[in-house]
Amino acid sequence: MGEFWVVIDHEAGEPRKVSLQMLSAGRTHSGELGHDLVAVFTGAAYDGSRERVARYGPARVLIAESDEFESHPVQPVIETLAGLVAERKPDVVAFASTPYGKDLASGVAARVRAGVLADVVDLEVADGDLVCGMSVFGGATNVRCRVKGSPKIVCLKPNAFVAEESPSEPAEERVDVRISDDARAAKVTERVQEEAAGRPNVEEAAIIVSGGRGLGGPENFKLVEDLADVLGAGVGASRAAVDAGWYPHQHQVGQTGKTVSPQLYIAVGISGAIQHRAGMQTSKTIVAINKDADAPIFKLVDFGVVGDLFKVVPAVTEELRKRKGS
Amino acid sequence: MNIVVCVKRVPDTAAEKKLDPEDFTLDRESVESIMNPVDEYGVEEALRLKDEHGGEVTILTMGPEPAEKQAVRKALALGADRGVLVTDDAIHGSDALATAYVLALALADLEPDLVILGSESTDARTSLVPQALAQLLAMPGLTNVKKIEVADGKVTVHREEEGGHAVVEASLPAVVSVVKGINEPRYATLKGIMSAKQKPVDVLSGDDIGLDPAEVGLAGSRTEVVEAVPRPPKEQGTIVQDEGDGAAKLADFLQQNKFV
Repeated sequence: MGEFWVVIDHEAGEPRKVSLQMLSAGRTHSGELGHDLVAVFTGAAYDGSRERVARYGPARVLIAESDEFESHPVQPVIETLAGLVAERKPDVVAFASTPYGKDLASGVAARVRAGVLADVVDLEVADGDLVCGMSVFGGATNVRCRVKGSPKIVCLKPNAFVAEESPSEPAEERVDVRISDDARAAKVTERVQEEAAGRPNVEEAAIIVSGGRGLGGPENFKLVEDLADVLGAGVGASRAAVDAGWYPHQHQVGQTGKTVSPQLYIAVGISGAIQHRAGMQTSKTIVAINKDADAPIFKLVDFGVVGDLFKVVPAVTEELRKRKGS
Repeated sequence: MNIVVCVKRVPDTAAEKKLDPEDFTLDRESVESIMNPVDEYGVEEALRLKDEHGGEVTILTMGPEPAEKQAVRKALALGADRGVLVTDDAIHGSDALATAYVLALALADLEPDLVILGSESTDARTSLVPQALAQLLAMPGLTNVKKIEVADGKVTVHREEEGGHAVVEASLPAVVSVVKGINEPRYATLKGIMSAKQKPVDVLSGDDIGLDPAEVGLAGSRTEVVEAVPRPPKEQGTIVQDEGDGAAKLADFLQQNKFV
């Protein structure tokens, strides 16, 4: 029987939401392929993931534990996973389509000479083969792709798949970790936290509130942040806002920034130039607040407010705060 | 220090991009092309390191002549020393991993101390090439970097992580992918543009770098596109003019759709 592996993306041992979404997608499609669903954990300690992983139904868990997965960037993980893939020959290996997940996926694919697809938003099984759906050119074109041969390495985009519980009692197998000197050639000497933790990052956020030129200056991003916080959202920014130095570029959404497809995207003071639309138009629900009724962003919206953002945004933040409280 | 920067020619960011209906490769003829905007930061970083430490900056790219040569010339005008273009019909349609394989073969002959790439291209945007390349070259792969320092045969980088960065130290040679904003790319001067015409650009074939044609191109790539369709247009949504009630209406919409 073949295996469908899901490599757990976690924060200090706690699985991220995308990992649970991947396990759910994996459960559905491993069934159709006649594969066993296997969760694969690489990190310092599995204990913090055990309970949540088991709620999403893997048949087994492969556990590779080492402190060196944290003290060296990606190389030891790539080496360990590539070794496991070469030895056990899973048919499918799924990673999170985040910068970290894609780094692992491309590294493992290069080592085992497998095909790899990034930014997958849809999976289906057709004629016994896995077919991956992606949105390319900033959402202008939908493509369906295959990985030839086996293993097939796929990167699944956060929030594209729904996490549904289906508890299991997976068998756990611990694997020996042997890290080569080559994999130790890069080491982490320090980790620096630049932003207050708590707000989700734009790649993983289910809701994003983004600000643009209409904000008029960096100090007014506070309006965007306040609305984001009441919604539990991440904060995005347009290229104009980032290039003007109003907000850090890690938050930029658009063709030269991040491509996101959250459940809800709220564009504040963003006109919606093609370069911005390319980063967000596959969002499930789109809302815009802009004073210019002719702004191209309104062509994309499910709900738009033509008005002064300096009035509308604080008012909607306050209104939502009240409704949440009641 | 011998630095090689890998650059890619992409369609202009503002252009509507299309796939060739025959083989689902990017239709490059129908749009204006530019150097991948993120690669400009890679070129600048290499020039900055050269200014500081001396050495040579080589620009490496792959694809059809003469268009790809133009992308190399642009980097030469900015101050790079020479260019290498790998061009071979067999390469057409190579996916990210096949691309990394071609670049790895060419790089092995260039014996770089440091390989720099942009963290992604604005056309395919997979970000898969840098780490795959590092693995194929058996060098440390430091991706999504926003600061580079070189000293005593080591490279120290700031690598973006969620909410911050990790300071990572690695031995050379290494592969580094840089993010937008790592520096302020310079503009080409007229003198730079003129002198670029005198700088050497080596044009190499697959044979020259020992390429196995079965590993590249549409046939050799381990992924394939089976269908491409334009995204269906979105239905017009509700748009309200704020008459003092815009916020309440928006709150209603968000509540009805269970976002609160």
